[in-house]
Amino acid sequence: MATTTTPQTGTAGQPKGNWYIVSALVENKPGVLFRVTNLFRARNFNIESITVGSTEQQDLSRMTITTNSDEKTVEQLIKQLRKLIDVVEVKMLDIDNTVYRELALIKMKAVEPSTRSEIINYATIFRGNILDIGKENITVEITGSPDKIDAFKNLVEHYGISQLARTGVLALQRGLDN
Amino acid sequence: MSGAKALISALEKEGVEVIFGLPGGANLPIYDALVGANVRHILVRHEQSASHMADGYARIKRKAGVCFATSGPGATNLVTGIATAYADSSPVVAVTGQVPLNMIGKDAFQETDIIGVANPCTKYAFQPRSPAEIPETVKKAFYIAESGRPGPVLVDIPKDVQTAEAEMKFPDLIKVRGYNPSTEADLSEVGRAVELILKAEKPIIMAGGGVILSGAFAELQALAELLMVPVVTTFKGKGAFPENHPLAMGPIGMHGHAEANKIIIEADCILAIGARFSDRSVGRFDEFGKGMSIIHMDIDPAEIGKNKSVDVAIVGDVKSSLKTLVKLLSKKIPKRASESPWLRRRKELIQYFSETIKDYPRDITAKKSLKKLRELLPAKGIVTTEVGQCQMWASLHFDVIAPGTFFSSTGLGTMGFGFPASIGAKAAAPNVPVVDIAGDGSFNMTENSLAVSVLDKLPVIVFLMNNYMLGMVAQWQRTFYGRRYSGVHQHNCPDYVKIAEAYGAQGIRAQSMTELEKAIKSALKSDVATVIDIPIDPDEDVYPFVAPGTGLKDMIVGG
Ligand SMILES: Cc1ncc(C[n+]2csc(CCOP(=O)(O)OP(=O)(O)O)c2C)c(N)n1
Repeated sequence: MATTTTPQTGTAGQPKGNWYIVSALVENKPGVLFRVTNLFRARNFNIESITVGSTEQQDLSRMTITTNSDEKTVEQLIKQLRKLIDVVEVKMLDIDNTVYRELALIKMKAVEPSTRSEIINYATIFRGNILDIGKENITVEITGSPDKIDAFKNLVEHYGISQLARTGVLALQRGLDN
Repeated sequence: MSGAKALISALEKEGVEVIFGLPGGANLPIYDALVGANVRHILVRHEQSASHMADGYARIKRKAGVCFATSGPGATNLVTGIATAYADSSPVVAVTGQVPLNMIGKDAFQETDIIGVANPCTKYAFQPRSPAEIPETVKKAFYIAESGRPGPVLVDIPKDVQTAEAEMKFPDLIKVRGYNPSTEADLSEVGRAVELILKAEKPIIMAGGGVILSGAFAELQALAELLMVPVVTTFKGKGAFPENHPLAMGPIGMHGHAEANKIIIEADCILAIGARFSDRSVGRFDEFGKGMSIIHMDIDPAEIGKNKSVDVAIVGDVKSSLKTLVKLLSKKIPKRASESPWLRRRKELIQYFSETIKDYPRDITAKKSLKKLRELLPAKGIVTTEVGQCQMWASLHFDVIAPGTFFSSTGLGTMGFGFPASIGAKAAAPNVPVVDIAGDGSFNMTENSLAVSVLDKLPVIVFLMNNYMLGMVAQWQRTFYGRRYSGVHQHNCPDYVKIAEAYGAQGIRAQSMTELEKAIKSALKSDVATVIDIPIDPDEDVYPFVAPGTGLKDMIVGG
């Protein structure tokens, strides 16, 4: 479900164009995730990533949904989500006024000392963390926009990525009124 | 109090008078609690019919109809009726039994994940996990089913939750946090609509099922008469406006009236009221409404822009939106004259097509039969239909006079719907004659409801236009597959007169118009169900016809 593809990149290095982030507050109870994902399938909405987790309110969860489609489709997606009775609030976030992050864990082959130091260097530049080093591999944690993660991934791809896991985007609107 | 008792009490508190259902292992406690309750239980012969009956009841009462089934196969048998109600926005509350909580997920005997099955075809599906939740769940179920855009709600109750005891609180009011159906129209949008309407030279009203659901008949008529514009309906909206009214043009769409399909593409401003721009009504989305301004009134915000982009959207209950619109408009314009070039065009089109479209050459035809039925059935008589040619002939040739007295499975197109739904309607309106306009294939699917009609004294009339065929499919095979018939002949079809008699109903075969007239009169007087078997020619096609995937302008007018 939570696969991420590359958002279109604008000049400022920010996802732009047809990339949308939708944020929803939903009842924190069983079956809700099923209802939401089933809606996407039934209505033929193309979702890139969806993240769900707890919020400051115990009985509500926040879903962050990213999609690469046109504005009309996103509007319809929001309206259909609003119709779900377990969905308490939905809005499209204004990307320029939103903080958003994705986390990726990337495990690479790294046998040569030179390779290792290169990877560690890159990770530092990308403000990533080395989570694990073995005899033959390194696991790096990168947090940032999906773009930044893509950039890192492209940079290290040739070392041989053996496993990669991404969380999908988490987002909150800036400012107090949220 | 036990969960089952609480369920029945909660239903009584909701004012439920009739329940259609069938018991089984997983809802035995519920049936036990029914003994001595102040509700009428109608035992169906198949759960599909229970959900259709509840739906038919709901469409006439305009409040939720209720059906019961046991777990597993009972619950899945309800699904076709639930999906039918969902597609037509009809309030149905379905209560199913479920295996005990500790058996859920173990593939227990007669276990189905009915919540999962029902999710895409209900407004909501509840599964109370303790008896104390039941009163509030029932209250929520009715609130959700009946308010906003109505629809079915499922309540699935595990057997041990039915038997367990708890202290019960029956709430008077409930709130559902994520559910706030809009009712009041936005005034600024109504103002913009007024501007567009007044600017238009050839405006048209397209009324949909939403008008019927909200009972906005008087408001619609007031608007039409104030503006003096032609009124077309969708098929679901058939009977939202009296079809003998001088401004009425009947349904548009795949099997709409030719003149209605023609005039709507000539209009320059469409006022779509409680209509969802379904493909069956408007043909191709990309083609429909080009060069016209579109005003869309609907209670469901998600309908706005779903199939068709519009110029002005008025979200809210269409009855209250229409009231506001009429008020604003009547301040701006005096009552208009009954003559205008646009209304002359209306007359011209009706005239033209009435001369062009010829009836099928035979003594007894679908068209003539339906005209005869209209002549003899009181204006307030309720009509349901099955699905197929019978349904489309009803769309074309049976004029609905009293608003809200006609309904059909228009969204899902469910064969077997009409007959049980007519029994549900009869339960809702026992003093009104009710007729199901049927085809033989459809009637075959739920004809066992004759037992219910007879034993529960809910006499309806089955107006069976019998072509010994799955007629509509046969017509498509004639038209699109070079007459290569496949799977459409009802060989060894039963004798429907005898079938009726076997159930204790009245069966009459009508082979001429005179016999038909007699049969209808006898059926109207009968106090048991009557099946009128009307043999018609299997080659009689429905025209006009808009082929799927084409636009209204490509309508085929005749064979
Ligand atoms: C449950 C169901 N199965 C199949 C269909 C497809 N279908 C649509 S019309 C039709 C033929 C209907 O035949 P009949 O009830 O005899 O009516 P007629 O067209 O002959 O008037 C069929 C099979 C359907 N609408 N519903």
